[in-house]
Amino acid sequence: MSIEVRHVTKRFGDFVALDDVSVSIPTGQLTALLGPSGGGKSTLLRIIAGLETADTGSVSIEGRDATHEPAQKRNVGFVFQHYAAFKHMSVAKNVAFGLEIRKTPKDEVRERVDELLRLVHLEQFADRKPSQLSGGQRQRMALARALAVRPSVLLLDEPFGALDAQVRKELRDWLRHLHDEVPVTTVFVTHDQEEALEVADEIVVVNEGRIEQVGTPDDLYDAPANPFVMGFLGPVTALGGRLVRPHDVHVFTEPPAGLAATEGRVVRALRVGFEVRLDVAPVHAPDAPPTTVTLTRAESRTLGAEAGSSVWLRPAPNALTLAV
Amino acid sequence: MARTSPWVRRTLRVVVVAYLVLLVGWPVSLVVRATFADGLTALSGALSDPTVAFSLRLTVAVALQATLLNTVFGVGISLLLVRTDFRGKRLLSALIDLPLSVSPVVVGLAIVLAYGPRGSWFGPWLAEHGVDVVFAPAGIVLATAFVSLPLVVREVVPVLEEIGTDEVQAARSLGASSLQTFWRITLPSIRWALVYGVVLTLARSLGEFGAVKIVSGNLEGRTQTATLLVEQRYHDFDHATAYAVAFLLAAVSVACITLVTYLRPAHGADR
Repeated sequence: MSIEVRHVTKRFGDFVALDDVSVSIPTGQLTALLGPSGGGKSTLLRIIAGLETADTGSVSIEGRDATHEPAQKRNVGFVFQHYAAFKHMSVAKNVAFGLEIRKTPKDEVRERVDELLRLVHLEQFADRKPSQLSGGQRQRMALARALAVRPSVLLLDEPFGALDAQVRKELRDWLRHLHDEVPVTTVFVTHDQEEALEVADEIVVVNEGRIEQVGTPDDLYDAPANPFVMGFLGPVTALGGRLVRPHDVHVFTEPPAGLAATEGRVVRALRVGFEVRLDVAPVHAPDAPPTTVTLTRAESRTLGAEAGSSVWLRPAPNALTLAV
Repeated sequence: MARTSPWVRRTLRVVVVAYLVLLVGWPVSLVVRATFADGLTALSGALSDPTVAFSLRLTVAVALQATLLNTVFGVGISLLLVRTDFRGKRLLSALIDLPLSVSPVVVGLAIVLAYGPRGSWFGPWLAEHGVDVVFAPAGIVLATAFVSLPLVVREVVPVLEEIGTDEVQAARSLGASSLQTFWRITLPSIRWALVYGVVLTLARSLGEFGAVKIVSGNLEGRTQTATLLVEQRYHDFDHATAYAVAFLLAAVSVACITLVTYLRPAHGADR
């Protein structure tokens, strides 16, 4: 195990950011720390990096107890949400920084910088200043800079949070490919479940200073440990006192023969892209929040259900449901 | 910006220029006129006077020492104020502005009380060990450093606050020590604000009068700075020398301000 966190607690005044957190991060994989804002995931990442110290507990990196080591000594690469580019240095100098600190000979530095700039496709920007780069390019430079010193661990703190949606998606894919090429143990923090599901080999769900669940994207999506994880990883809706995925709800325009179904009235039908979302108010509890059902356009057309019509709902057989 | 009528803008411009001319430009230009009323004789006469030459050398030496002190401590204090938290931090910040609000005469008196050879805390001890503070150049440096203390701090603190600590943390994560981080990251990022603060400190230090008058004892050829000399010569009806030395002081100040004006746009574009 590359990183072992044991019984870490961190308080900021009265606020408990992390409460007796223990987790093992596997070597060579891309692990996501996923959770809502303020949940403690950035704090955990920074404690691993040595940018914060835990109040109690221990952190070991590659078998070495790093709990009392300053960030300077831990040989971890860190990428910040807002790039933390050295504004007064060129891109090449930025990337070379860690190497120059270690007094690496000049020609070795140049070779390594060229290699990394090629890796991140920024060769022609070597002499530009960071202010002349776009946000996505700055983040790629930050990654090259972090990788230059061959860290044992690469940590990214919401690396794409400051970028617009299109660039975010591109860089997400790019990070995955980069990791396949350069398999450093990587941990990244995100509050975007789509990002975690797409990119990570393993996800650690962090909420309110505690770890809710650890597993592969499929594990978490198909077998969530509790309603929070289910609700955070994907859309949920309530039906008959249980939580179910909106796309796992079967809709009938007549009571289905021999099957238990909840009767309801379609309150709203919304077309969003290729999806159709129906809000269905159950007849036995018209004031309860409506159940949301997601259908494809084709399904919706076949069904013919519209606002005002009566429908019967039941969870699909073998669908995941959790008690509310 | 809202459109103001051209007349309003022109009137404002005239008022501002007139104010600056009447308050600053015209009186200073008269000093220049008076200096060169007899060609270069006033200047050459003044410069060949050994007392004058000494006072100019003393002024420059004091200004450089005070500026050096305030640069080093100014940067240190700025880092302390921005990057650390401790009880009484706001009080410290207010105290730093004290030299600007307190009359320099009060400063001079305070230093005499604190470091004078009789009846003060450090004075007798220092005098025993051969260190003269009051009525000696050391006291002048102290007084000058005090009055120009806030200038570097007030320039550097806003810049430090704006750039935040992300770059510093990045440098640490890449293996840089505190000193390396300060030298390679922090210092370059505040360099223009620092230069601006240093030039202001230098200009202020050259022109200090009140505090120095009290602390130095105004001893000709020993502790008399250029500003003190100007006052004395003026009162002794040696107007030519007074104007000449005043002109030199003004010329250096103008040079400082001009330098700083050309640094400022660079500072804006450099970020």
